[in-house]
Amino acid sequence: MTENSDDASSLGLARWYDLFSRGARDWLRHDEKVREAVREHLPKIIANGEVINDSTRSVRVPVKMLEHYHFRLRNPGDSQGVGQGATKPGDVLVDARPERGAEKGAGGEGDGGIQLMLEIKIDDIVDWLWEEMQLPNLKARVGPSDDSDWVREGWDRRGARSRLDRRRSVKELVKRQGLGGPKTFTDEDLRYRQLARRRQPAVHAVVFFMLDVSGSMSDRDRKLAKTFFFWVVQGLRREYRSLETVFVAHTTDAWEFAEGDFFQVAGTGGTVASTGLNKVREIIDTRFNPARHNIYLFYASDGDNSIGDHAPAAAALGDIATKACFAGYVEVASGLSRQLATETGRLFADAATGGLPVASFVIDDFDGVWAAVRHFFSAEAKAAG
Amino acid sequence: MKERVTHTGGDWRSYVQRLEELAARSGMRFDPVEFEAVPDAFMMEIAVYGLPVRMPHWSFGVRYIYQLIQRNMGNSRLFEVVFPGNPGHAYLSNGNGLAENVLVTAHVLGHADFSRNNLLFRRCQEQVSEHIVEHAASHARQIQQAIETHGPKRVEAALDAALALEQHIDIDRRLRRDRYAEFLPDTKTLVDDDFRRRFASLDPVAAQGVFETRKRAPVPPHPERDLLWFIANYAPDMESWERDIFLAVREESFYFYPVFATQIMNEGWASYWHARLLRDADFIPPGAYVEAIKCHSDVVRPMAADQQVALAVNPYHLGFSLWEKIIEKEGMEAARRIMAQDDDFGFVRNHLTREIADELELFRFAARSDGQIKVAERDLHALHEALLAPKYNFGAPNIAVSRLDNDGSLELEHDHVTDGRGIDVDRARKVLEYIRRVWRRPVTLHTVDQGGASMALSAL
Repeated sequence: MTENSDDASSLGLARWYDLFSRGARDWLRHDEKVREAVREHLPKIIANGEVINDSTRSVRVPVKMLEHYHFRLRNPGDSQGVGQGATKPGDVLVDARPERGAEKGAGGEGDGGIQLMLEIKIDDIVDWLWEEMQLPNLKARVGPSDDSDWVREGWDRRGARSRLDRRRSVKELVKRQGLGGPKTFTDEDLRYRQLARRRQPAVHAVVFFMLDVSGSMSDRDRKLAKTFFFWVVQGLRREYRSLETVFVAHTTDAWEFAEGDFFQVAGTGGTVASTGLNKVREIIDTRFNPARHNIYLFYASDGDNSIGDHAPAAAALGDIATKACFAGYVEVASGLSRQLATETGRLFADAATGGLPVASFVIDDFDGVWAAVRHFFSAEAKAAG
Repeated sequence: MKERVTHTGGDWRSYVQRLEELAARSGMRFDPVEFEAVPDAFMMEIAVYGLPVRMPHWSFGVRYIYQLIQRNMGNSRLFEVVFPGNPGHAYLSNGNGLAENVLVTAHVLGHADFSRNNLLFRRCQEQVSEHIVEHAASHARQIQQAIETHGPKRVEAALDAALALEQHIDIDRRLRRDRYAEFLPDTKTLVDDDFRRRFASLDPVAAQGVFETRKRAPVPPHPERDLLWFIANYAPDMESWERDIFLAVREESFYFYPVFATQIMNEGWASYWHARLLRDADFIPPGAYVEAIKCHSDVVRPMAADQQVALAVNPYHLGFSLWEKIIEKEGMEAARRIMAQDDDFGFVRNHLTREIADELELFRFAARSDGQIKVAERDLHALHEALLAPKYNFGAPNIAVSRLDNDGSLELEHDHVTDGRGIDVDRARKVLEYIRRVWRRPVTLHTVDQGGASMALSAL
């Protein structure tokens, strides 16, 4: 601390201007801390189904600037100060705010603080979550397939100009003529990279989302299902280069929907799960080849299947489960948690005891979505061995 | 210094020497000042960090963004920042025009006069040295080295705690203090037990004085208000580089205190002198003079041009008005004596009179939590106290170390009687957590709750 005279001279112009971005550097550190904080609370923040915006593939999270805390006296509620101007005691300078009620929107205006919007990529979130939850990475089932791709393989003396391998050609030249002296390339020296067609293993996957849209499913149930499906897709996308999605809704009958319409669908009447399962089976049979596609089925329902449907539903599920990598059942039972003691719950439980790659879970609220995501991915990893 | 200047607003430098001569003739006494024109962005950083080169910490990043937003909204412009010392350092924005720079130069000389003669400044400078700018730069480098050796996380934890306590120093004690005496003086007591008697009977020579024991002094022997010093010296399990960080922050706080505690006087004094030097400087071209005077009135005006009433007092304006009055009534000699001896507390209480308060139309207002703001009174005593309330104790609650337990746990006591109310509990918990991370033993703070009943906050 006594080297100040040296410091003074070393604090020359160049030195000063090197340090120019100190403010920005400390700001970046703050930003990093905010991201860490957000990351810690991530499951909570994004469990709220509203923030999902699939079109931008990002989530916007409102955050406050971090405060570096100091000891402070308790806010007295009323405060005082000294002002200046032509006034007399009793003058009201600023009126009381009207009662704050509904109009107090999402904007955080307290303390005149600045609110930041942090935009986080969904891919990042999924990476964090998988790390955080220590979810296993799925193993793609690789099977034979008709897909093929060109891969580079070997050299030849003939080929297209564009595939001339210059390094290799020079080596050939040196081999033939040795070092030193002027050299000329002849056709003999030229080497061309060759391509060969190779079969690609199957890395395709298809996910069936089946939703019970009968009268007993509330809007909230549907939203829970949607949130769950959303994160399942994100998880599977980590693993598969091409992931197809198929949406099937059913009441006593079943239909295939486009993604956009799927969650708007509201039906009436009872629930016959076998119709949906049969629809899935039919789609698999007509459009997908289990040998080439990794098939996943996720089914969301409140669990009230009609009693007479047990045998056909069990048959359909059994058939699907032998073809699929995994079939999951999620019971969205907002309010009345029956812990899978439902008709559909039993259906899947039976299949699981039968040794099929099947698992079930209950989602009561948005927090439960995470538990369910974790549960399914762990179960699936186990099933895949 | 000349080669450092990349761009100056006109040839203001040619006026520096003449202004200095004029100032000396007018009775000002100051150490030499090195002037440097720097870009606006750099000015902003100096304002954010408080020193030209200072340790890195994310909280400065937050201030930086606020400053950036303010500047982009056009609310504030910095003309100059000056650091006392011998030589002093003055940084002028290279966006300043000629007239502005002439005004700012005169203003800086006012500050230099103040910081050389004001006793509080003198005392702190004698302890911190006259090279605070260089010291702070060396702290920054020392911390940079710590980051390289111990990693950014650990250094940040130490800085989180040290900077959170930056106001908690004891300005009435010296910067360089010795540790407490280990034993109480003159309290030798005779202990006469079997062991000692047997020992004495075996070897009378070695046993000399064995019946006398000294009594250990408690730590701390009195409530210790210098938390930074106490933690640096008595933390049971802190590494030496962490103690150095606490001492570095503490040294900078000793430098900042007089700046904080004399703001009204100091800015007023500099404003008085820039106005007066400008008036007396016949060598300044008339155009520049008019422009500079315009700039002066912007700086010392009580409120924005479109406002009738301000809910804050501009310290430049208040200080300037008080000094004008003092010099008019009591003469320059008395004014210089007051400048040397007072800080803002004495200055405001002694010299903000009924007459000036009325002239300036000062009032005390009460702001209710529902947003209503009402003019409360014009009572002089109430005005003094309301002006000075945010300045007591470096603007922080009165907190002292009351006890260091044998197990190394730390107890802090909040003097709620002096402060009039308890501590903000949520913030206090966070600060205690900062401290615990470097103290590495439990830390407890005693204060009172809303109802006035005593309560203890702990970080275990």
